[in-house]
Amino acid sequence: MTRKKSFSDRLADWLPRLVMAPSLLVILVGVYLFIAWTGWISLSSSRMVPQYDFVGLEQYYRLWATPRWHTAVANLFIFSALFLTVTIGVGLVMAILLDQNIRAEGALRAVYLYPMALSFIVTGTAWKWILNPDLGIQKVVNDLGWEGFVFNWITRPDFAIYTIVIAAVWQSSGFAMAIFLAGLRGIDNSVIKAAQIEGATLPRIYASIIVPMLRPAFLSVIVLLGYIAIKTFDLVLAMTNGGPGNATEMPSTFMFSATFRRNQMGVGAASAMMMLMTVAAIIIPYLYSELKESRNDH
Amino acid sequence: MTTERRSAARAQAIGRVFIYGSLLVLAAFYLMPLWVMIMTSAKSLDEIYGGSFIGLPQAVTFEAWAKAWSQACIGTSCTGLKPYFFNSIMMVVPAVVLSTGIGALNGYVLTKWRFRGSNLVFGLILFGCFLPFQAVILPMAQVLGRLGLSGSISGLVLVHTVYGIAFTTLFFRNYFVTIPDELTKAAQIDGAGFFRIFFSIMLPAALPIMVVSCIWQFTQIWNDFLFGVSFTAGETSPVTVALNNIVNVTMGRKQYNVDMAAAMIAALPTLVVYVIAGRYFVRGLTAGAVKG
Repeated sequence: MTRKKSFSDRLADWLPRLVMAPSLLVILVGVYLFIAWTGWISLSSSRMVPQYDFVGLEQYYRLWATPRWHTAVANLFIFSALFLTVTIGVGLVMAILLDQNIRAEGALRAVYLYPMALSFIVTGTAWKWILNPDLGIQKVVNDLGWEGFVFNWITRPDFAIYTIVIAAVWQSSGFAMAIFLAGLRGIDNSVIKAAQIEGATLPRIYASIIVPMLRPAFLSVIVLLGYIAIKTFDLVLAMTNGGPGNATEMPSTFMFSATFRRNQMGVGAASAMMMLMTVAAIIIPYLYSELKESRNDH
Repeated sequence: MTTERRSAARAQAIGRVFIYGSLLVLAAFYLMPLWVMIMTSAKSLDEIYGGSFIGLPQAVTFEAWAKAWSQACIGTSCTGLKPYFFNSIMMVVPAVVLSTGIGALNGYVLTKWRFRGSNLVFGLILFGCFLPFQAVILPMAQVLGRLGLSGSISGLVLVHTVYGIAFTTLFFRNYFVTIPDELTKAAQIDGAGFFRIFFSIMLPAALPIMVVSCIWQFTQIWNDFLFGVSFTAGETSPVTVALNNIVNVTMGRKQYNVDMAAAMIAALPTLVVYVIAGRYFVRGLTAGAVKG
C-alpha cells in the first residue's frame, strides 16, 4: 500500500535537519559571513567607522608598509619558534618522567596543568610581578648577596619578548604533557618489554622506539600550540601592554590597537585577515586529515 | 655476582632520585607564581617595598583582599572587583547552559540522525574551534550595535554562546559516536520519537561529557578577555577586563598586594572548578585536541 506520506511523517523525516538548522545558520553567519565581512572592510577605506566602498588592496599595502606590523610579525616568529620548541621539550620530558611509575603522579600532573585553568590576564599579572626588576627575582637574588645579578628583561625592548615566552611556556607545557602522556599510555607495553630483553637501556628505548611512536601526539601539539601562539593577546597585554615602546607587539595586539585605538579600521581588518589566513593554513589540512581518518575508522 | 647486582641496584636508585628530583623542581617552578600571588596578597605595602617578594609575610593581613573586592578603583569608580565579578557570573551561567544544550542536540543529530551532508556540516562547525576571533570582532560589534546589545552582558552571552557551539558540538559528537546505534534503533521500533530518544536515552547516558562541556565552557568564558574588552566598557565589563584595569593603573605608588589579591579573586572560580573536577577539565583539553 503506497500512500502519500502524511505531514507528520514528513516532519519527522525533516526534524533532525530542522534541529540542526539554527546552529548551522548561526555558524554560517557568525563565522563565515563575518569573515567575509571583515574581508570586505579590509578592502575598503574604513577608518573610524566602517565604509563600504572598495579601494582594492590599499589597506594591505598600508599594513605591510607599517614598521609596527613588521615588529609584530617578527615577534610572532620569534615567539612561536621558541614557544613551540620549549613547550614541546618540557612537556615531553614531564610526560616521560611521569610515565615511570611515579608515586603521587596524579598530584604532580594536577600541579603541572593548573595554569591552563587560569586566565592569561591573571597569569600575566603574576609574571609581570615576578619579573619586575625592582621587586621581583632580580631583587631577591641581589638581597641574597649576589649584587651584580641583573634580570631586567621585561623592561628591555630587545629582551621583553622572551619574558612572554617564559610565561607562555609555563602556561601551556602542562597541556603538551597531558597529550604526550595520553600518547605514551596508548603504546603497547610488549614493544618495550621486547626491547628490554634485547638489552636496550631505558633512555635508548625512549629515543629510538617510543618517541617516534608519538607522531600523532606531536602533530596535535604542534598544531594547537601554533594556534595558541598566533592568537596570544591577553598575555602580552597584561605583561607588557605591547611595550616597552612597541617591542612586544604581536599581530593580535596590533589588530586591536589599530582598530579600537588608532582609527585605522581598514588596516586592522587587513591584519585580522592575515592572522586568519595563517591559522587556516595550519588548521584546515589538519582538520581535513583528522576527519578523513575518523571516517576510515568505521 | 653480588657486586654486579649491587651496582645495578645503585644505578637504579640514582635513576629514581634523578626522576623524583626533576619532578619536584618542575613542580616548584609551576607553583611559584601561585605562591607569590598568595604571599604578596597577604602582605602590607610597606613590607612589599621593604622585603623580598617570595618569602612568607611577617604579619598576615587580608586588607588587600578587602580592598580588591570592594574599594579598588577601576577607571574613575572605586567599587572594587565585586560588581564585575557578578557581571561575569551573569554572563557565564546562561552562556554555559545554552552552548552545552545546543551542542548536545547537535552531537545527537550528527551521530544518530545522519543526513546527506552532515559530515560537511560538522566540518563547517569544527573550524569554529580554531577561529581567530580577531577575524570576526568588527562585524560582531556592528551586529551587536544594531541589535541594541552593545556594551551589555546579554551581548556577551550571545557571543559566547555562538562561538561556544563549535566546541560543545565537537564534545558531544565524539561522545555519542561511541554509543551503539542499536540503542536508538530499538527505541525507534518501540515507537520513541526524536526528542523522546534524546531526553530519555541519550542525555542520561551523556552525563560525563555534559560535565566536561560545562567545565570547559565555564573556564573559557570566565577567562575570556578579548570579547569582554571589545564589546563592553565601564560598568558592564567582566572581571578579567576589570582586573586588567586595576593592574594597569600607573598613578602613584603601585599597590602590588591589591593587584595580586585581585588576580586571585578573578582566578578563584576556575581554580576551584579545577581542583574539584580537574579530571573532567583534562578530558575537555584532550578532547579538544584529538578526536575522541
